[in-house]
Amino acid sequence: MSEHKINTEPTTYETFTQEEYMVMKDELLRPVQHIGKWGKVWIGFLVAVCMCGIYAYYIQETKSKYVTVALRDYTMWGVYISNFVFFVALSLIGVLMSAVLKLTNFEWYRPLSRIAEVIAVAAIMLAGVSIVAAMGRPDRLHFLFLHGRIQSPIVWDIIVIMTYIATSMILLFIPLIPSLSTCKNHLHNKPKWQMKMYAWMSFGWEGTAEQWKILKRSIGILTIMVIPLGVSIHTVTAWLFATTLRAEWDSTNFGAYFVSGAFLLGVAGMIVAVFVIRKSYNLENYLTPMHFDKLGRALVLMSFIYIYFNINEYLVPAYKMSGLHANHLLDLFTGEDSTLYWSVVFFGMFVPAIFPLFKPMRKPLPLTIIAVVVVIAAWFKRYLIVIPGLSHPYLPIQDVPDSWRHYSPSLVEMTIVAATFAAMMLIVTLFSRFFPIISVWEVAEGKLEGKDEIINYK
Amino acid sequence: MKNEQEDSNRRKFLKFGLLAGGATIAGLALQQKLLGDSPDTSGKKVKVLTAEGKLMDVDSSLVTHHAAEEAELTESQIREGIAGRKFVMVIDLARCANERKCVEGCQKMHNTLPPIEYIKVKRMQDAELTAPYWFPQPCYHCDNPPCTKVCPVDATFKRSDGIVAVESDRCIGCKFCMAACPYSARSFNFGRPEQVEFNEKHPMGDDNCCSTKSSTVGTVSKCDFCPGSAVKGELPACVTECPNGTIFFGDENEDTVSNGEETFRLKELLTSRAGYRQFEELGTKPRVYYLPPVKRQFPFEEAKEVHNKEE
Repeated sequence: MSEHKINTEPTTYETFTQEEYMVMKDELLRPVQHIGKWGKVWIGFLVAVCMCGIYAYYIQETKSKYVTVALRDYTMWGVYISNFVFFVALSLIGVLMSAVLKLTNFEWYRPLSRIAEVIAVAAIMLAGVSIVAAMGRPDRLHFLFLHGRIQSPIVWDIIVIMTYIATSMILLFIPLIPSLSTCKNHLHNKPKWQMKMYAWMSFGWEGTAEQWKILKRSIGILTIMVIPLGVSIHTVTAWLFATTLRAEWDSTNFGAYFVSGAFLLGVAGMIVAVFVIRKSYNLENYLTPMHFDKLGRALVLMSFIYIYFNINEYLVPAYKMSGLHANHLLDLFTGEDSTLYWSVVFFGMFVPAIFPLFKPMRKPLPLTIIAVVVVIAAWFKRYLIVIPGLSHPYLPIQDVPDSWRHYSPSLVEMTIVAATFAAMMLIVTLFSRFFPIISVWEVAEGKLEGKDEIINYK
Repeated sequence: MKNEQEDSNRRKFLKFGLLAGGATIAGLALQQKLLGDSPDTSGKKVKVLTAEGKLMDVDSSLVTHHAAEEAELTESQIREGIAGRKFVMVIDLARCANERKCVEGCQKMHNTLPPIEYIKVKRMQDAELTAPYWFPQPCYHCDNPPCTKVCPVDATFKRSDGIVAVESDRCIGCKFCMAACPYSARSFNFGRPEQVEFNEKHPMGDDNCCSTKSSTVGTVSKCDFCPGSAVKGELPACVTECPNGTIFFGDENEDTVSNGEETFRLKELLTSRAGYRQFEELGTKPRVYYLPPVKRQFPFEEAKEVHNKEE
């Protein structure tokens, strides 16, 4: 994916002056320094959606769940669980967009890594929220610690997710320390508490050679740690399904299938985030068409990997069409859920695999449209993994009310799901309003080292 | 009338004699007393089952009773099970006529309202050319239970007496056990308003057999083999309610199963009638056996009404 030609050409950006650095700082600190009218409206809107979600949850927990929630004995896992899987998948964005690129020396990661890390932390937190929303007795959450059984895949999932949250937060925080010092020194007209927060959080950072050495080493170790952790969280999430005897989940392919889907979603999510941040904060100099071009190529690669695992997951059992699998597979291919299934195959796999092969499709706007389609398809993909199989168990469903046979999420459920999305965006937005969303020093370092792939790209 | 009386006596005995440490015959003492005169006979006759499987009438004073009828399950029995027992169920598909009395009896016993059914009766047809049959399906209380494996808080567990139980005060409502059960045998209490109201009006009393509270909103419940009845020496509700004696319940250690009227040696019954377990290939090792629907007592009749229409 990297273009070797670039570095051979002489550029004017081999190094930069103090003046240029100050311009860069100003540009990258601008979203923190000044929040415009639309910025406030956006935050207000997200807060309002979150409040609706909290109210919906209040209704769900105080009124009868039989009335407020569409879940029944057969489809006892609904959109909360599929939303949980979606958010766990999205949180792998941090692994791919910051750790993998960093370790493989793809220099264009520099302005992207913090965006990816923030989304990862926000997404994994809201995965946790989705799970609590799905619980019958959230008041007994602490039983997991009092009576936890290590034999249960749920407990494995809690352990790896907790570890991943901690690691991702530290990995987000440590590269932030020099930026905090930058904020402290260069922001003005900010409330006193905010300046104090920067001072307190930067732990007396002075930028000495030794401090830089420690910082770089810690980042190195965490970057390596976060890769196996990220793969684990999504593999263990896949095992929540694959450790059961149900035909639709009874697959040895499941862990890899989930991880590959997460990488595809991660790239698509990154494209959308980069586009929105670039436009709303005027960061065109840092988030360049080159990034979209690279992300577009990554999207194609991840789509083909995902298609490969989908063929293994669906076509191989479909070829055999064993009695145990037929019920579920035929429902997806030709039955009630077939429209959704084939739409997801087309929009979630075919479109991102083929369209960005053409260069005009890798321009910011068309690629972002493709990415939005992929993100939506990815959400429905998780829906298709969790729900249709539940309504097609081994023993036929007979003698039940209609709502027991067909699941369609209730208003309360959809409000809570919408609120988790709003909350994720709110966390990312608020973060970008208090801290520079693009790491000043990482970008500057990239330029200083003469790795000007970022700037030089046409 | 007389017949009924006899029937009921016999049932009483069987409940008593076969289950849950109901009655033990002091063999030697019995023999002696039967041979010689007994000064303190009560005059009340009780039927007992001899080791050869024959029924005989003996005076009730000759029988040592233990595990009194008032017996209640102790705390440890609820989690660990009733010592020395190994409960087992055999369902004779040739006898089921879809009268749904087992379903209703179970609902009454466990204070549940339709559409919640811990035991279901399904219309099964294995292939186009084979005959349809009615298929009563409780929880299979598997010996390799996929549901208890996945529970994160040990709220559902396998007991020494073979029962897979749920502790509703422990359950966090994650529903993972329901996802793990390939037979869809578990039910979740979503707090259906009619059900909650019913449970408030009819709190679980001593006359109900459940060790686990099926009325706890937000937790999982299911067929529990009525261990409260077993400890009193009674049969589960689905067994006693069935008018055709379709369901047999018993103890694998004693090698007997009974439907309240007939009693069989478990191994003999399963071998002579080609007993099988549903989805043996899943490796769950159910404790519920089926006898194939051959030489049926009734011709198969399609259900005339739809049940559980109401939301």
